[in-house]
Amino acid sequence: MPLSHLPINKKARIASIHGGYGFQRKLGVMGIREKQEIKIVSKQPFHGPLTIEVCGSQMTLGRGMAQKITVEVVQ
Amino acid sequence: MGNPNVGKSVVFSRLTGANVIASNYPGTTVDFSKGNMRIDGKRVEIIDAPGTYSLEPTNKAEEAASKMLKKADVLINVVDATNLERNLYLTLQLLERNIPVIIALNLWDETHHLGIHINEKELETLLGVPIVPTVALTGEGIKTLVSRIKDAKINEKIKPTSEEGRWVEIGSIIGKVEQVEHRHHTFRDKISDLTIRPHTGIPIAIGIIFCAFWFVRLIGENLIEYIFDPIFENLYLPIVMRLSEWLGPGIAHTILIGEYGVEIDFFESLGILTTGLYVPIAAVLPYIVAFYFTLSILEDTGYLPRLATLVDKIFHKLGMHGHGIVPLFLGLGCNVPGALSTRTLETRKQRFISATLLAICVPCMAQMAMIFGALGTYGLYYIGLVFLTLTILYIVIGLILNRFIKGESPEIFLEIPPYRRPSLKATFKKTWMRIRWFLKEAIPYLFVGVLIINVLYVIGILQWFGNAVSPVMEGLFGLPGDASIALITGFLRKDLAVGMLITLNMAPLQLVIAVTMLTIYFPCVATFAVLIKELGIKDMLKSAAIMVGVAIIVGFLLRIILLGA
Ligand SMILES: Nc1nc2c(ncn2[C@@H]2O[C@H](COP(=O)(O)OP(=O)(O)OP(=O)(O)O)[C@@H](O)[C@H]2O)c(=O)[nH]1
Ligand SMILES: [Mg+2]
Repeated sequence: MPLSHLPINKKARIASIHGGYGFQRKLGVMGIREKQEIKIVSKQPFHGPLTIEVCGSQMTLGRGMAQKITVEVVQ
Repeated sequence: MGNPNVGKSVVFSRLTGANVIASNYPGTTVDFSKGNMRIDGKRVEIIDAPGTYSLEPTNKAEEAASKMLKKADVLINVVDATNLERNLYLTLQLLERNIPVIIALNLWDETHHLGIHINEKELETLLGVPIVPTVALTGEGIKTLVSRIKDAKINEKIKPTSEEGRWVEIGSIIGKVEQVEHRHHTFRDKISDLTIRPHTGIPIAIGIIFCAFWFVRLIGENLIEYIFDPIFENLYLPIVMRLSEWLGPGIAHTILIGEYGVEIDFFESLGILTTGLYVPIAAVLPYIVAFYFTLSILEDTGYLPRLATLVDKIFHKLGMHGHGIVPLFLGLGCNVPGALSTRTLETRKQRFISATLLAICVPCMAQMAMIFGALGTYGLYYIGLVFLTLTILYIVIGLILNRFIKGESPEIFLEIPPYRRPSLKATFKKTWMRIRWFLKEAIPYLFVGVLIINVLYVIGILQWFGNAVSPVMEGLFGLPGDASIALITGFLRKDLAVGMLITLNMAPLQLVIAVTMLTIYFPCVATFAVLIKELGIKDMLKSAAIMVGVAIIVGFLLRIILLGA
């Protein structure tokens, strides 16, 4: 499912990231890469940004960017 | 060099003794600072650069960092030990460059309570360059870092590879040197969650901003009432009065003190030694102290990125994103650092909107202090009117510019640093640095401003100008013609300009119109110079046209709303 559908605090793994090379790299250097564990910390209302936790650090990213990240929930 | 917010600027201050601003959010440093230090008797130059995640820049500040790389003889790569994996990406890129590198493994103290164990000896062997654990904040490890700078090496074995290759390499390194204990949700994590989730975070944000304003006013007002005013009234005034007697009437008296024979009034006399000194020191400085102390606390705890997340949606509608809160907050202190910090925004459109709104709607603390002084006596209502108008303008102009300015406004992508307890010493030091900067900037301008005004008065140009534009000022804005003189003065210093408005004895509502227009119509010369550099002449002219246009429209509307037709 797209990252933006992931419930808060549920652990998931990044399955794929869509978008151009520049976009992938921009996320990649911040630790957002395929196979990484990811968790949502908060979602802002009205399609506002998401705050996520990857690689032990938190970051805020826009909803549109989150739409391009697919994740699968890990048990 | 290193990732954003890893403590580069603190390390730099430790190495050189030079003071630079460090705060707990990415993008504090947007330009280089140079400093000197001695290694084995030789003088070397150290440069503090903006943080960057990789050598492929995404904004102007990062671009500057990548450019600097070419000039360096030795790189001190500051690495966040609590975030080794991500930080090593840039490290590998740097190691590929054939420049000698030494690594400072900073924030070492935080690895302990995060349950992160790093074998730095092993890491040193793997990377083939010296690695020194440091706690820049306390100075731990800095001596060792200095003594090992001469050992900085090029690692011949690391060859440029692909992005994928680097991550594989990093994965294998991390596996060998780092162990992470499982960690429970701490109190700090809970606060972090509460302040960033909307249903708790938004009320908390409103509370914090309200408290911050209240706190600034409380400190500012009390400093003036109990410390600065008594000093000026009781100690300084007698000296000036004696000087006045000694000088007697004449041009020297007019310029230094004010018109002879008129009772000395620190606001109204317009002499260098009276108004020129009283305005920056007694009327403005107390608020500057209060504001920067409060801002430092907000910065050093790491609250700003969380606030940026909460307001992102609104700022996105205004053509920026949440990080636009940083130029706004810094601008409330002084528009100059505010304008510089627009560099952390990614596109030209975002920077243009952010800078234009800053210049139009964000009064600096010096100006606000004077507005409090001028309108405070009539009641909070009048001060509220000014700020309400400016807030509405910020939103309305932002919406309009977002629609008409071409270009992209990408979404927010911002690291949220952990909360840190601000060190009192660092907070005081930072506040003091900014105060010193204010005094150095403000006092010369005020002296020159007072001098020029006096000379122009003596020649009679100002009176002539005031009369000439009087019909326009009267007719459009309901203001006396002389208010135009204050507006012109505002180009030099806005605090002085508000001081001049006070002398015109206007009705409170007229004063509201005048100070609002003064805020909007143009930035002061110091900000103007920075904006030209940041935006380029062409965009600055556009921006200036918007400012003047808005000032005229708003002045006219306010006149109709507040004074009636
Ligand atoms: N606990 C702890 N805090 C530190 C240490 N070094 C720096 N800090 C804090 O970390 C924050 C970031 O420091 P800066 O020096 O501004 O970071 P920077 O790398 O220059 O950041 P940018 O200029 O934004 O790239 C500040 O709040 C510092 O007080 C350290 O060793 N331990
Ligand atoms: Mg810095």
